[in-house]
Amino acid sequence: MPFPLIRPSRRCAAWILASVLAMWLQPAFAFRIFVSNEKDNTITVLDGASLKILQTVTVGARPRGIVLSADGKSLYICTSDADHIEVLDLASLTVTRVLPSNPDPEYMALSHDGKTLYVANEDNSQVSVLDIADGRITSEIPVGVEPEGMAVSPDDKTVLCTSETTSMAHFIDVATHEVTASVLVGTRPRFAVFTKDGSRVWVSSEVAGTVAVIDTGTHKILHTITFDLPEVPTAAIQAVGINLTEDGHTAFVDLGPANRVAVIDADTFKVKKYLLVGQRVWHGAFSPDQSTLYVANGISNDMSVIDVKNLEVTQSVPVGQSPWGIVVAP
Amino acid sequence: MVRRGTPRRLAAFLMLAGLVFVGMPPCAVAAHGGKTIAIDYLALDTSHPTPSTLLDPPPLDTGLRGAQLAIADTNTTGRFTGQDFVMQVSVERDPAMVVQDFERALAAGHRLFITDVPADLLLKLADAKDAGSAVLLDATSADDRLRGADCRANTLHLLPSRAMLADALMQYLAIKNWRRIMLLTGRDPADALYADAMRHAAEKFQITLQADRPWSFNPAAQQADTGHYQVNDEVAHATQGVSFDVLVVADEADNFGDELAYRTDQPRPVAGTQGLVPTAWAHAMDEYASTQLQTRFHRATGRWMTARDYGGWLAVRSIGEAATRSASADPAHIIAYLHGPDFTVSGYKGPELSFRGWDGQLRQPVLLADDRSLVSISPQLGFLHQTNELDTLGPDQPETACHFH
Repeated sequence: MPFPLIRPSRRCAAWILASVLAMWLQPAFAFRIFVSNEKDNTITVLDGASLKILQTVTVGARPRGIVLSADGKSLYICTSDADHIEVLDLASLTVTRVLPSNPDPEYMALSHDGKTLYVANEDNSQVSVLDIADGRITSEIPVGVEPEGMAVSPDDKTVLCTSETTSMAHFIDVATHEVTASVLVGTRPRFAVFTKDGSRVWVSSEVAGTVAVIDTGTHKILHTITFDLPEVPTAAIQAVGINLTEDGHTAFVDLGPANRVAVIDADTFKVKKYLLVGQRVWHGAFSPDQSTLYVANGISNDMSVIDVKNLEVTQSVPVGQSPWGIVVAP
Repeated sequence: MVRRGTPRRLAAFLMLAGLVFVGMPPCAVAAHGGKTIAIDYLALDTSHPTPSTLLDPPPLDTGLRGAQLAIADTNTTGRFTGQDFVMQVSVERDPAMVVQDFERALAAGHRLFITDVPADLLLKLADAKDAGSAVLLDATSADDRLRGADCRANTLHLLPSRAMLADALMQYLAIKNWRRIMLLTGRDPADALYADAMRHAAEKFQITLQADRPWSFNPAAQQADTGHYQVNDEVAHATQGVSFDVLVVADEADNFGDELAYRTDQPRPVAGTQGLVPTAWAHAMDEYASTQLQTRFHRATGRWMTARDYGGWLAVRSIGEAATRSASADPAHIIAYLHGPDFTVSGYKGPELSFRGWDGQLRQPVLLADDRSLVSISPQLGFLHQTNELDTLGPDQPETACHFH
């Protein structure tokens, strides 16, 4: 007789334990989305599952480029008009540290060992090399006018910087801090991303409205991707952010005031589809499982949510004023 | 080069840091290595009449400061391409001296010139012996005849013509459906040209000219005590009995245009040379990353960039872009690239800018701005063109009066 009583209670206990464990573990599987809002000096923090705003964090003036730390515990924020980089602790959502950056930091790239930040100083034509642990700028590398796009090669040996007025992609040797090659690309190059194997780098040009795919060995342009959108004025087709999928087969290019994200077959460089998003789409980030792409729309003050498999825009979520960058953190 | 000028203007120009090489030979070589590209900036120091107001006295060095900033920008690029851009500045009070400086530079082998001179002098330079193999980048004029009947194959124009400015304004009035205007024209010859452009553009965009009157009232009146009563009466009187949406004013020298708003008989906005102004550049502009250019210019000069500065900046940037893209320091290659189909330059106004093959005019958006805000940018949405929407501003290829010889 007692057995039937005990059995359910044991089962029940196990069930409760499992439930508690599941609830406790859940945050480890969930993720958050961080959006920098250039005009209202905030970072919007959203829950990845519900897309609800969890918190809006006030940071320094004109936050633009944001990058996740290697351990995933902090967010580095270029607060351009405050002329420094703020470190947002992602557990407490407070700014716990301020790093020097030299004037007008716009965008930055982190070395894969997580130790060094390479910062584009838009107003004074240089890249600052920042030792994160020491909180000290160890080197300043002269580049072209209005440096913006920054990327570090997968082997951490090369840093790429685009300078907008000079229209060049500069290859910088990490060991010597020398510019080893400068490749002339379309007008106002804004963003750069290396392929996973490091053999190529994709560089977007805003005014030219093109993307150059550069061979990192020969420093030659392999292909220039153009965008044909008859219904959009040519001037509005401006290539900005680029996201390459993990498998390397697909690229998403944010086309600024064309209000579209172009989906590109990264093997043939052909545009597969244009996705209509919010106004002046800047930069994007994938969800951890790569099933979703989030893009920041600078004029419509929202974030578009893109279903990567079906290539559809599923939702738009209001964020702060003039959203600029997006980072997804587990 | 010999320099003459009123002591004040001369001092102002000499104060400009760095790039004025007094007494240096035209073949000056830059301090650091690489291939030198010599540019000559030729200006006629025209004595500007004192404006009617003491507010914002016009800077004496507009045009040149923009060109100098672009030299700095372009040399930053030059570090990576092994090109050094050196600009020799010559400012004269006597047109004959400008011609002499030009001929001397030509004789020294220089072929890249930026000019800040009136139309007649520009034509004299363009037609000079040996000028055929040179390029003159007209940084500051808006004269339609230089892009029309008096065009020259060796001359390119950086700032919008009056026709482009007028079209830009009329397109905006058309989309606002403010289709009835009154035109008030000042006494200067330039005002008549501006008014002509406005009349032509009004017709093109089906804007009705409800009244077309000269403004002959003494501009000094408002400086007298109680003068504002007189000015107010005069403006109210001049605009009485006319039914219009917008008062368009042609007063390029700022003699009276600022004294019209709030004084008209009916409450009507002012546009044209004052009020809502169609212009190549405005300090209220902060779209298309122009904040970077505005900040750089302000840091270098302590003042805001004017349209003339923008023209000077664009002129040097055009040479720089042609030198970088053609990967050549040879003036002949640079000039060929400037005139060629691949040339574009970024002007912080959205699209890439390029020269119209039929009249040497740089096609570009035109800003519509007042002192404190950017109101719009023309071409307006919906004004379509078979090849380039920017060609809805100013004479298009079929209607051009320019036939290069």
